Amino acid sequence: MAENINPATIQDQEEVKVTAGRARANIPLADLPDKVHTWPYLVRAEFISGCVLLLVLMVWSITVDAPMEEPANPTKTPNPSKAPWYFLGLQEMLVYFDPWIAGVLLPSLIIVGLMVIPYVDINPKGNGYYTFHERKFAITTFLVGFLVLWVGMITIGVFFRGPGWNLFMPWDYWDPHKVVPLANIDLPYIVGIRSEMGAMLFGAVLVIGWLAGIPGLFWQWKKDSPAMRELGLLRYGIVSNLFMVMAGVVVKMALRLMFNIKYILVIPNILNI
Amino acid sequence: MPETEPSKPSIFDIVTQNYVWRSIFRHGYADTPRNRVLQVSANVWLHLHPSKMRRHGIRYRHTWCAGGLTFLLYLCTVVTGVVLMFYYRPTGEYAYWDVKYLDFDVPFGMIMRNMHRWSAHGMVIFIWLHMFRVFMTGSYKPPREFNWVVGVNLLTLTLLLSFTGYLLPWDQLAIWAVTVGTNMARATPLLGNEGPFGPQLGMTPRYDARALLTAGTVVGSPTLLRFYVLHCIFIPLIASILMILHFWRIRKDGGISGPL
Repeated sequence: MAENINPATIQDQEEVKVTAGRARANIPLADLPDKVHTWPYLVRAEFISGCVLLLVLMVWSITVDAPMEEPANPTKTPNPSKAPWYFLGLQEMLVYFDPWIAGVLLPSLIIVGLMVIPYVDINPKGNGYYTFHERKFAITTFLVGFLVLWVGMITIGVFFRGPGWNLFMPWDYWDPHKVVPLANIDLPYIVGIRSEMGAMLFGAVLVIGWLAGIPGLFWQWKKDSPAMRELGLLRYGIVSNLFMVMAGVVVKMALRLMFNIKYILVIPNILNI
Repeated sequence: MPETEPSKPSIFDIVTQNYVWRSIFRHGYADTPRNRVLQVSANVWLHLHPSKMRRHGIRYRHTWCAGGLTFLLYLCTVVTGVVLMFYYRPTGEYAYWDVKYLDFDVPFGMIMRNMHRWSAHGMVIFIWLHMFRVFMTGSYKPPREFNWVVGVNLLTLTLLLSFTGYLLPWDQLAIWAVTVGTNMARATPLLGNEGPFGPQLGMTPRYDARALLTAGTVVGSPTLLRFYVLHCIFIPLIASILMILHFWRIRKDGGISGPL
């Protein structure tokens, strides 16, 4: 470019000699100074990625039409009725939890839990670069939450749920009359507790033990370690509770899918977990 | 060419050296450090960026460009969405047929609708990728804690934008997906008619959190209008304000994250 311009109008003639063509030359990143000009280095990368994205979007939009079904009919409920795909993880939770837990409490905890991450993760390492070994707990927890609970549940909801919200393989025929035995029973019943009060107590002990007892014991055991001292009781309480809720969701799902367990804690008309 | 002979201006010079051009672009295009800085700082769109940045930030593998592409997809939905609004009436009797009209009679109507829908879905995917990347690089750590919080709010708003838009085609897919989604609000503690302590507080199917969302007891024409206003005005407005905050905070918190 520089050679096309009337040199009389160029502001920095000396600099032209030094820098002309450098952006086009393929200089290895490591040989660049620590601070580089946003133009052209970043703007170029953004421009290319934006062009590629728009190209893919155009081709996709030309070849794949947005879905359009029959006109809305409030008297004709499709089976299954599925929420938009990005909410199918939450709809899947409805299988395992009562609606107010699956539809209100857990989504709120997800949002709040994500927001408190920066305030409870006091590990100063791994700030601004990829690392696993410097923050094993944070990354493992996030990966389980993101890949297993979020992406995994959506995958189940999109591809494996059919009429009656029953499980189907993607290649199975969606039989609306599939008979699934209602074999789910509550955990207290399985272990032989027959009285309502006994079942309530048993369930309450398990749930409170899970959410408060285990974190409390762990705190008693580790509270004098340098990491725990730095974390403090308040942050530890928040982290451990969110963690146990998340782990509890996984445990409850496993109990249901493997042992047909319906509820762990049953307080009729008030709280079922 | 002898040095003494003045060179004839090329067409490039004629276009870029005149008074009008210079009034718009105040700096030259020559590849000088000064112009590189001005190219960013003197440009209203690019001056979101710093004029110089740390070199690892220009790598695709550091950022995946996911945040920027989320914003680009948002712009795509705004542009195509405005086009769709010219043809769409948010009432039960017209909505479905207006979309059909868009698909079959309006020039480029189908591709506008396709682009709107696919870029909306793309936005949901890219905002997740962006969050994933930001977590993996630990970029939420000090001093960027608050910007992460703003980002989580933007994620929520993106999902709500997509969800409210899901109803607008007014077909079977739309109303039943939204019926499933809004039914959850019935079970809100205290505020839903089927939630814990809701009935005790006087919540009924006609008067609770879900009725506020759907403007009635079922997903019907009033719901459509409500979702339309939320989708086209209310949520984009809030999201835009938060985006301004989000982008501004990136600069104020020290630009692209990197090893300290």
